[in-house]
Amino acid sequence: MKPAERMKIPRQSMPEQEPEVRAHNFNEVNLGMDIETARLESERCLCCKDAKCVSGCPVGIDIAGFVGAVADGDLRKAAEILYDANVLPGITGRVCPQETQCEEVCIRAKKGEPVAVGYVERFVADWARENYKAVMTSPPPTGKRAAIVGSGPAGLTCAGELAKKGHDVTVFEALHKPGGVLLYGIPEFRLPKKIIDLEVGKLKEIGVKIECNVVIGQTYTVGELQEKEGFDTVFIANGAGLPVFQGVPGENLKGVYSANEYLTRVNLMGAFRGEDSDTPVIRSNSVVVVGGGNTAMDSIRTARRLGADPAVLVYRRSRKEMPARVEEIKHAEEEGVKLDLLVNPVEILGTEDGWVRSVVCQRMELGEPDSSGRRRPVPIEGSEFEYPCEVFVEAIGTGANPLLTQTTPELKLNRWGNILADENLMTSMPGVFAGGDIVRGGATVILAMGDGKDAAVAMHKYMTNG
Amino acid sequence: MFNIREAKWLAPQVRWLIVDAPRVATRHQPGHFVIVRVRDDGERIPLTVADSDAQAGTITLVVQVVGATTELLCALQAGDSILDLVGPLGKPTEIENFGHVVLVGGGVGTAVIYPQAGALKAAGNKVSAIIGGRSKPYVIMEQELGAVCDAVHPCTDDGSYGYHGFVTGKLQELIDNESDPVNAVLTAGPVPMMKNVAKVTEAKKILTIASLNPIMVDGTGMCGGCRVMVDGKPKFACVDGPEFDAHKVDFGLLTDRLTAYREQEKRAWDRLHENPEHKCKLEAAMRELKA
Ligand SMILES: Cc1cc2nc3c(=O)[nH]c(=O)nc-3n(C[C@H](O)[C@H](O)[C@H](O)COP(=O)(O)OP(=O)(O)OC[C@H]3O[C@@H](n4cnc5c(N)ncnc54)[C@H](O)[C@@H]3O)c2cc1C
Ligand SMILES: Cc1cc2nc3c(=O)[nH]c(=O)nc-3n(C[C@H](O)[C@H](O)[C@H](O)COP(=O)(O)OP(=O)(O)OC[C@H]3O[C@@H](n4cnc5c(N)ncnc54)[C@H](O)[C@@H]3O)c2cc1C
Ligand code: SF4
Ligand code: SF4
Ligand code: FES
Repeated sequence: MKPAERMKIPRQSMPEQEPEVRAHNFNEVNLGMDIETARLESERCLCCKDAKCVSGCPVGIDIAGFVGAVADGDLRKAAEILYDANVLPGITGRVCPQETQCEEVCIRAKKGEPVAVGYVERFVADWARENYKAVMTSPPPTGKRAAIVGSGPAGLTCAGELAKKGHDVTVFEALHKPGGVLLYGIPEFRLPKKIIDLEVGKLKEIGVKIECNVVIGQTYTVGELQEKEGFDTVFIANGAGLPVFQGVPGENLKGVYSANEYLTRVNLMGAFRGEDSDTPVIRSNSVVVVGGGNTAMDSIRTARRLGADPAVLVYRRSRKEMPARVEEIKHAEEEGVKLDLLVNPVEILGTEDGWVRSVVCQRMELGEPDSSGRRRPVPIEGSEFEYPCEVFVEAIGTGANPLLTQTTPELKLNRWGNILADENLMTSMPGVFAGGDIVRGGATVILAMGDGKDAAVAMHKYMTNG
Repeated sequence: MFNIREAKWLAPQVRWLIVDAPRVATRHQPGHFVIVRVRDDGERIPLTVADSDAQAGTITLVVQVVGATTELLCALQAGDSILDLVGPLGKPTEIENFGHVVLVGGGVGTAVIYPQAGALKAAGNKVSAIIGGRSKPYVIMEQELGAVCDAVHPCTDDGSYGYHGFVTGKLQELIDNESDPVNAVLTAGPVPMMKNVAKVTEAKKILTIASLNPIMVDGTGMCGGCRVMVDGKPKFACVDGPEFDAHKVDFGLLTDRLTAYREQEKRAWDRLHENPEHKCKLEAAMRELKA
């Protein structure tokens, strides 16, 4: 096919559940492409020699290679290329902010729309899960042992990459199931739990051991993993799971949640399954969420699905500054979520018996740019108003959880409690590496995976002196 | 899976379990707790480690039936297993030589003070324990405490055994005994009891530490659901506690937050009791109690 012909094909869209229907269920919103659509979309790719898109991908997937293989109808080859660079493509294909990564720098975005790399990636991963089980293999054992702390995307990726090199890898996870934020944070309707189970299953097939119910810092310290448990290297990927509260009056009322708690109750603990799961969550007719990122979007869309009407999201800056994926904002609005921008909660009011009654908010306007380069929101005097609601969820970010670091004084931290790592992702403790959100602060799945991959390379070197 | 080696009823609705959990047993210190999950899709509940045996790789749990999950757990027998168990969690009790320490345990709170008693004794303290229950059968672990304390004072609300009255009455007596001053008090049990213990010790400004029991989910500082107010500041009980200076704890808030899921908890209880499979397990466990 000639480039001119490729250029003529319009970007294919992702079939999705109708908004009115999906606003009341937890099934996946995006339904996935069929093979014809995926091929057609792949034919849009110019398979550039000096492909720009790769530079936008934190794990450096050979995008032209796998998309080209799909265009040729060789799905096995596509899967091999994909899994070679990314051990969790079914996940990244669903949750990467493609518009600011691979797709942003795709040459086709200069004139029109970029190749839908994420959609094609998801298609190949889903195909491989069903049809091409043994896509990864592991070489003979090296006899070296690595411990991974945390089973989020950073930990799982590092584990997979090390296992691919023949190392004996054990992942220690504090919760009762692996997946990290993928499991307890990102809801079923965006990333079905089944996908995580299957991707984790693929890692187990190549020898990765996963031990849940182990809290490093409590059950073992990092030093003990090295000295007593005999691990040659350790990778710390315990995430940035400390909820941050705004610090406004009324936060201890019943019905006020951190997004972490709200989403954990619903996702990990299964409260989405029905009105009466073992772990309860407060269902209410009116929910307000504060925040502008993916976590805030996930919280308010979850509330909507649990029956909230109105479901209101307030954010103190404007739409342009919202860090959430563009697709999530679009989906939320289609589902009936009300966005109220340039609004900041200042107080939560309660009933006599301690339940949330309403949130007092203040309108904001954009002032001079702040240190982040974004225009600083400034309160408008006398603009206070009340949003009546029974549940209020705070999704304004997370910090570094000190549980592990406080028992490991040898680890050097920055002033926010994030672990400091050098260019090889090694920490101040020899043989101990770190990556993902615990190093970066809240970032993205694929950046965490990139760290996992880079750390695996460095750990391999460290263990083999190669 | 965590195998249950032994299970028996200590008191009506209070079960004593010895569970294989070698990793927890090795590291356990007084004040630590674990979080368990009994069945798939089940909830996570915190339970204090009442004792441990590092050599045998076991821990002891003392569980009171108050709702659906504790009832499911208490219906388990030796040879059954607990699906998930994680720990040890929380900060351990700060053990010092205070002089004369009084431990006040109400109901299953007695399980919290038991390991503290042993450690405080070993640190050179004179240790008195006050343990309370509604009536005689509800007073638990008296013998075990007797083996590590200088004195044990059982109390019953109805006077059927020991001191007639609340634990706080007995505590007041000990505090008023000028010849044997009390230097520190550690307490665990129902919130109203801990609140009153704090009141009793406040007058003489006796250092008082309470073990708080807010609703928890993860137990690792990730959700913030367990937040309590101490000295006007929010604290996460699972990682900053669960033990805090009782004179600084907002007990009213703790009491209120514990009611957040009352309706759902009631429905969970009703659902469980309508389930025939559970009924039969439960009856088996109850038969053992009567025997
Ligand atoms: C609700 C929500 C939605 C998001 N949506 C997106 C999105 O759409 N796209 C995107 O790219 N990013 C998204 N993110 C961000 C992304 O999920 C994170 O950047 C990413 O998960 C970080 O990965 P990680 O491996 O560093 O840590 P995590 O995913 O946080 O995993 C850390 C794991 O370590 C475990 N752990 C913690 N402490 C210990 C310990 N002491 N011992 C043992 N285990 C421990 C935790 O239980 C957890 O399982 C979202 C985040 C949230 C909260
Ligand atoms: C650090 C800590 C240590 C504990 N140690 C013990 C112990 O050794 N033995 C023991 O029997 N109990 C202990 N508890 C209390 C125990 O966790 C609760 O009784 C249990 O979670 C109730 O679950 P349920 O489903 O049976 O009852 P539910 O139906 O959930 O609730 C019944 C009652 O228990 C309270 N409750 C509900 N969930 C929790 C929760 N997660 N934490 C605390 N209270 C809750 C509710 O307010 C309600 O009054 C401890 C709690 C904490 C926080
Ligand atoms: S992993 Fe993410 S950034 Fe990389 S190609 Fe896939 S969607 Fe793009
Ligand atoms: S830049 Fe765009 S068109 Fe070029 S190879 Fe990458 S995805 Fe294909
Ligand atoms: S139980 Fe979640 S932070 Fe304490």
